[in-house]
Amino acid sequence: MSKKEEVSKQFLDALEFRGVKRRDFLKFCGATAALLGLSELYVPKIAAALEKASKRTPVIWINFASDSGCTEAFIKATYPSPAEVILDILSVDYNETIMAAAGKQAEEILATAAKAGGYILVVEGGVPTKKGHGMIGNKEMLDVLKEMAGPAIAVLAIGSCATDGGVPAAKPNPSQIIGTGEALKKLGINKPLINLDLCPVNPQYLIGVVVNFLLLGKLPDLDSFGRPKMFYGQTIHDNCERRAHFDAGRFVEKFGSTEEALNYCLYKMGCKGPMTYSACPKIQYNDRTSWCIKAGGPCIGCAERGWTDKFAGFYEPLPGVKIPGLGGVEAGADKLGAIAAAATAVGIAVHAAATSASGRTKEEKGGKK
Amino acid sequence: MARITIDPMTRIEGHLRIDVEIEGGKVKDAWTTGTLFRGFEIILQGRDPRDAWHITQRICGVCPTSHGHTSSMSMDDAFKVKPPDNGRIIRNIIEGAQFVHSHILWFYHLNALDYVDVVSALKASPKEGSLKKVQAKLKSFVESGQLGPFANAYWGHPAYKLPPDVNLIAVAHYLEALEMQAKASQVSALFGGRMPMTMTSPPGGVTHVPTVDDLKNYLFRVKELQAWIDSVFIADLLAIAPFYLGAAGVGKGPANFLSWGVFEDASFDPKKRLLPRGAIFAADFPKVHDAKPEDVTEDTTHGWYKNSKPLNPAVGVTEPEYTGYDTNKKYTWAKAPRLQGKPMEVGALARMVVAYAAGQPTAKKLIDYALGQIGHPGNPAVLFGIIGRIAARALECKMVADSMYQWGIDLIENIKKGNTAVYTAYEIPNKAQGIGLWEAPRGALGHWIDVDGKKIKNYQCVVPTTWNVCPRDDKGVRGPIEEALIGTDVHDANKPLEVLRVVHSFDPCLACTVHVIHPESNRIMDFKVS
Repeated sequence: MSKKEEVSKQFLDALEFRGVKRRDFLKFCGATAALLGLSELYVPKIAAALEKASKRTPVIWINFASDSGCTEAFIKATYPSPAEVILDILSVDYNETIMAAAGKQAEEILATAAKAGGYILVVEGGVPTKKGHGMIGNKEMLDVLKEMAGPAIAVLAIGSCATDGGVPAAKPNPSQIIGTGEALKKLGINKPLINLDLCPVNPQYLIGVVVNFLLLGKLPDLDSFGRPKMFYGQTIHDNCERRAHFDAGRFVEKFGSTEEALNYCLYKMGCKGPMTYSACPKIQYNDRTSWCIKAGGPCIGCAERGWTDKFAGFYEPLPGVKIPGLGGVEAGADKLGAIAAAATAVGIAVHAAATSASGRTKEEKGGKK
Repeated sequence: MARITIDPMTRIEGHLRIDVEIEGGKVKDAWTTGTLFRGFEIILQGRDPRDAWHITQRICGVCPTSHGHTSSMSMDDAFKVKPPDNGRIIRNIIEGAQFVHSHILWFYHLNALDYVDVVSALKASPKEGSLKKVQAKLKSFVESGQLGPFANAYWGHPAYKLPPDVNLIAVAHYLEALEMQAKASQVSALFGGRMPMTMTSPPGGVTHVPTVDDLKNYLFRVKELQAWIDSVFIADLLAIAPFYLGAAGVGKGPANFLSWGVFEDASFDPKKRLLPRGAIFAADFPKVHDAKPEDVTEDTTHGWYKNSKPLNPAVGVTEPEYTGYDTNKKYTWAKAPRLQGKPMEVGALARMVVAYAAGQPTAKKLIDYALGQIGHPGNPAVLFGIIGRIAARALECKMVADSMYQWGIDLIENIKKGNTAVYTAYEIPNKAQGIGLWEAPRGALGHWIDVDGKKIKNYQCVVPTTWNVCPRDDKGVRGPIEEALIGTDVHDANKPLEVLRVVHSFDPCLACTVHVIHPESNRIMDFKVS
């Protein structure tokens, strides 16, 4: 490591003076490097990039038809903590849940930001298109998006409501809610858009994208759904800590059972991990305390587009349709999209049937009970 | 006479508009408006009932667990399934952690900025090293010119009463509290997989089998939260309260209180919950009335729904119809729920007042202690208003965190005896109906489910903020927040800080409020009362 790449002592001293502990800062940079799939050698580079950013990047964060679950998720972030994000990395100029200003003074902030431009627009929640069904400051939410997306550098749609309308847009979609991408299209606005599907967003994905932007000066590589490949490149099943049990044909058949205590595979309890692209098993939640499958909750597939309807019957096993010749096929969502997902389902059916045939499970051919 | 519109109302969950009319420096009239409409009940129709506890968690990202639990309880009731004792305890633990998280977040991040002047903290003269660091950090932050979420606020308003040194301590604790609310959520995640949106509490109990590592981990995490709540949260409450005692009586509201009760007792009797079920009317204290779901009606006179007479939610008929904002006619997406025809305040104050009146010993001890500290011993009526709502949340946070430790011990004792069951299996009946009545941190929450052909035929929620933020009813009687605003002093109509205080004291959560609809004549009848 050359001297240039080392984090200047002066910078760390300054941070320490500002109340950021040196250890915490380097831990943050290390965590970020891991998150981005970079080697530890990048740690000083990340630190240096943040050091260089003299002006914190402004963020305008707007809640449309959401339940604020993604704001809640964001404030559970660690390394960096929300305090570090707000005070040291970004300038969160507008977020109705945490901002001190209200009413007229809050509207002024939006108006000023729209004039100045140059901010990252974070969208939480989908956009209702039925008149009167979603208003902020007496304006339709679609009009607020129009005003704020134009001057933005890039748009970050966080959580499934923002990417495709999410749960409130599930059938029959009573408020005719659409995702950010569709809304921008409707408005004729062409902006770099990053989709972070998940319900709620994993805060480490959000921060990973932002740091990637600050570090490399560009947005991450995206798949065909506009999701960063670094977080959506593999299925949950690929990296699941219970995968070995699946491979060995050891399944939980009843909640709270001995098999559950032994952390057997939740596939038969309805787990959607095999068809869901997300780095949940690697990054986990709440300072890596746990994640759904680790805690004994079968994946409901909430990282996938249209998951509420697509995976309805969350506790029913994925349908296993046998199509010869495709068993075991797995591919990134960017290439094969839905086809890959279907092929993966087939792979499971074949796999489950094979393990069953080899006598490692008593019953189940991978389909419904 | 001046009319002020506050839209967006910030530091709450969701989309809320407040209108007040001011005369002679006081609020003369007020209107509250929910401005976003989703429609969860329609979405739930026709689905597998077991999906409802996941879907309804998405009604509110701040209190998803409460919705999830209430939904599962409605199905426990409908499917006639009783969670094993460990299932009951783990649900209490996941819920308790959410309460602790929610109250810390509300006190420090949503409400405190109405009382703590962040800019004034720069004038403090701290002696202690860590406070010096916080002040230096704040200084460099302010000097950067990028004030982020602290920009354009009412700093310097004369209603801010704290001296600079106390403001600085509060700012330091604002930052510390951000970490603590995240830690509280980690406890939910330990048993629930993640927070928000926990994954392990379907009907029948829980699907997480606790390990020795979980239990150890849990007890030490809870101890850390308890220590912080005692030494920082409660200490801050008592340090700040003396400067704002003049606000006692401000924001009183109708002084009718409803609690469905929360934190299940081994007996499953709602009157024996840690915070018991009951209602109090017209500040008639300490008389506790039975709170029954059949006494609930919902009125749509001033909501954007086609009119109907006030009906019980079990037989509700509601059709959404947006007709524009008109305070003489219709002005909100919220309906107006009433208990025995009365508007009811719900939330921590309601729960603590009902618990106190019902003789719950811990609640009584804590409230008596706080009343002594603020110089009003033996007079809990002084708590009816913004000061009481703040105090109640802090005291309830302590009460819940202390109980959480005991629940961990209870769980260990059960496991020691070989009782390890967490889940009771069941068959979904072809036809079934059930009610779940519980509390979210923000107040009374009810879910009604009607299953037909093993699918959801109808689903209905009556949620906390609907009680608090509702509009006038058919008799013109204001909702609790509207009523609480009447008479509030407003020093500067351009900076209505005092109005914000009253509204924030109810901890509104609009995502919950305005999703409740029935497209056609939805009927849910003959409910067994849980």
